[in-house]
Amino acid sequence: MTEQRKKLIQVQDLTVKFGSRRHSFTAVDNVSFHIYQGETFGLVGESGSGKTTIGRSIIRIHPTAGGKILFDGKQINGPIPRQLDQEVTRRIQMIFQDPMSSLNERAKVDYIVSEGLHAGHHGLTAAQRREKVAKALSDVGLLPEFASRFPHEFSGGQRQRIGIARALIMEPDFIIADEPISALDVSIRAQVLNLLSRLQKERGLTYLFIAHDLSVVRFICDRIAVIHKGKLVELAESEELFARPLHPYTRALLSAIPQPDPIAERKKTLLVYDPACHDYTPDNPPAWQEAFPGHYVLASQKELDAWQKLS
Amino acid sequence: MGETEKNVILSVKDLNVKFTLRGQVLHAIRGVSLDVYQGESIAIVGESGSGKSVFVKCAMGLLDANGSITGGSIRYGDQELTQYQTDADWLKIRGREIAMVFQDPMTSLNPLKSIGKQIQEAVELHQGLKGPAARQAVLEVLADVGIDDAARRYKQYPHEFSGGMRQRVVIAIALACRPKILICDEPTTALDVTIQAQILELIKAMQKKYNLTTIYITHDLGVVANVAHRIAVMYAGDIVEVGSCDEVFYDPKHPYTWALLSSLPQLGVKNEPLYAIQGTPPNLFHEIKGDAFAPRNPQALKIDFLERPPMFDVSPTHKARTWLLDPRAPKVEPPAHIRSLSQRGGLSHD
Repeated sequence: MTEQRKKLIQVQDLTVKFGSRRHSFTAVDNVSFHIYQGETFGLVGESGSGKTTIGRSIIRIHPTAGGKILFDGKQINGPIPRQLDQEVTRRIQMIFQDPMSSLNERAKVDYIVSEGLHAGHHGLTAAQRREKVAKALSDVGLLPEFASRFPHEFSGGQRQRIGIARALIMEPDFIIADEPISALDVSIRAQVLNLLSRLQKERGLTYLFIAHDLSVVRFICDRIAVIHKGKLVELAESEELFARPLHPYTRALLSAIPQPDPIAERKKTLLVYDPACHDYTPDNPPAWQEAFPGHYVLASQKELDAWQKLS
Repeated sequence: MGETEKNVILSVKDLNVKFTLRGQVLHAIRGVSLDVYQGESIAIVGESGSGKSVFVKCAMGLLDANGSITGGSIRYGDQELTQYQTDADWLKIRGREIAMVFQDPMTSLNPLKSIGKQIQEAVELHQGLKGPAARQAVLEVLADVGIDDAARRYKQYPHEFSGGMRQRVVIAIALACRPKILICDEPTTALDVTIQAQILELIKAMQKKYNLTTIYITHDLGVVANVAHRIAVMYAGDIVEVGSCDEVFYDPKHPYTWALLSSLPQLGVKNEPLYAIQGTPPNLFHEIKGDAFAPRNPQALKIDFLERPPMFDVSPTHKARTWLLDPRAPKVEPPAHIRSLSQRGGLSHD
């Protein structure tokens, strides 16, 4: 590549802690990565690994304890000017996991989708707002008439589309999708995934795709980061990660993916990750290093040498 | 699986279930027939609303008050379960003969009782043990399901357990009843992939150890490929295809099974749209005419909209409810994804 790709999001040494100082819990520990403009970046880990916390820190829901988050070159964590805050609120949007609980049951679709416009003092007239809602609904494949209905009148897939319309109406550059399809049925998942990738192509959106289902992540993401107990353990392009997983945790995770193929399932051997397999000592500490071009892993020098030799 | 162990343990014939909701009648199960064999593991696959949970709830007498069985029979041994009226009748079956593991271990345990006490309840009721003997049985079953340090864990409460450990406790409770049939309703949907794999291994090991018959209810075809000997695919309150695991994955016959398999991201090609089933499942408040999947099937035949197809035999173990199997039907090729799956299966057969 001749041209340097633009980094839309840069996360540097991010640390997030919960609880008071005496009983603090480090949910995210020194995490660094960046997301290029227009790509889909996957963040994979089990529940409690801190993947959602990273997403929520980027969108300024959780305060950060250390490190920096840069959006479009500007720092957006910690205290920031009001004007930048409003800009971030508009340009970064989120799609939530459970469409059954993320929509206000007592509000009509019209209000749910346009709520962001009310809050941002965009100075729109009611008619303009209605027009935008209708446009957003038809963009996600719903009928504009649905604006006057309540969420309970819709199926799970339709509700998730409403959630996507709510994000789109703000004309964002960056969308954080937190497990957007795990609550949906198999036949509806494909519809929503296709919708997300169509919107990305049409508008040049950048996605952070948070999930625990690696088969979906492989299909939709350009690059994948694997997170374990608040630390990134491996980051690579998706095909590279699946072809050459280095870290034992990544390998355990990949071995556990259920395959819709009975013969493969019968042959499969489950790997279990045991954190004790690392022989980390003060003079052999783990560090975040590049094993192959674009393929990063958390490893000590000894481990890295061994893994590089193997593959 | 040898032919020798083909004793039918649970036999469902032409089952019909209707619910009454706000004065309207919803036809949730539309004439389902299925035989479950002793010792096998069968998976019922379908989307939400396809009736798979209602189907097994009928076998345990757990239908909601507004639902009723309007026709057909469910035979367990020499008992006709559709005749059961009172809870006293059902207590002979529930837990004792057929036990169930639910989807969400967060909600199926009592948060106010220690897990040891919760398992002991089942032990005392079903194995007739008391006092220290019952406690000993609890410790054994805890060790059985892979919970270490059972004596300490006995006194702990559900909130002190992780999701995977809680699901192990739920399985322990089900096993403590010494059932013949274990129904697992989406047993791993709420769990992480690594934990999911462990729980599935556990259920398989328990099945072998106690010679259980297991019925899985799930929408995850990856899980199915791992655990099931046989698969029944449900759509809109009806079983549209049933066959051995290999037959359904490598040689599916019903267009809905084709569509379901094709839409899996595991089989998708990057940067190309996934195959997506258009539309939504039919509204079961209306009477369905013809093949329920026809409106979403781009290759539907004319007759699919007029008359409900019968079950056609593909092989002694494989049946599908589609007009495509009628000798008069035109030849319709399955989609490319399915053909490549079949090749994968075919290659490794020799």
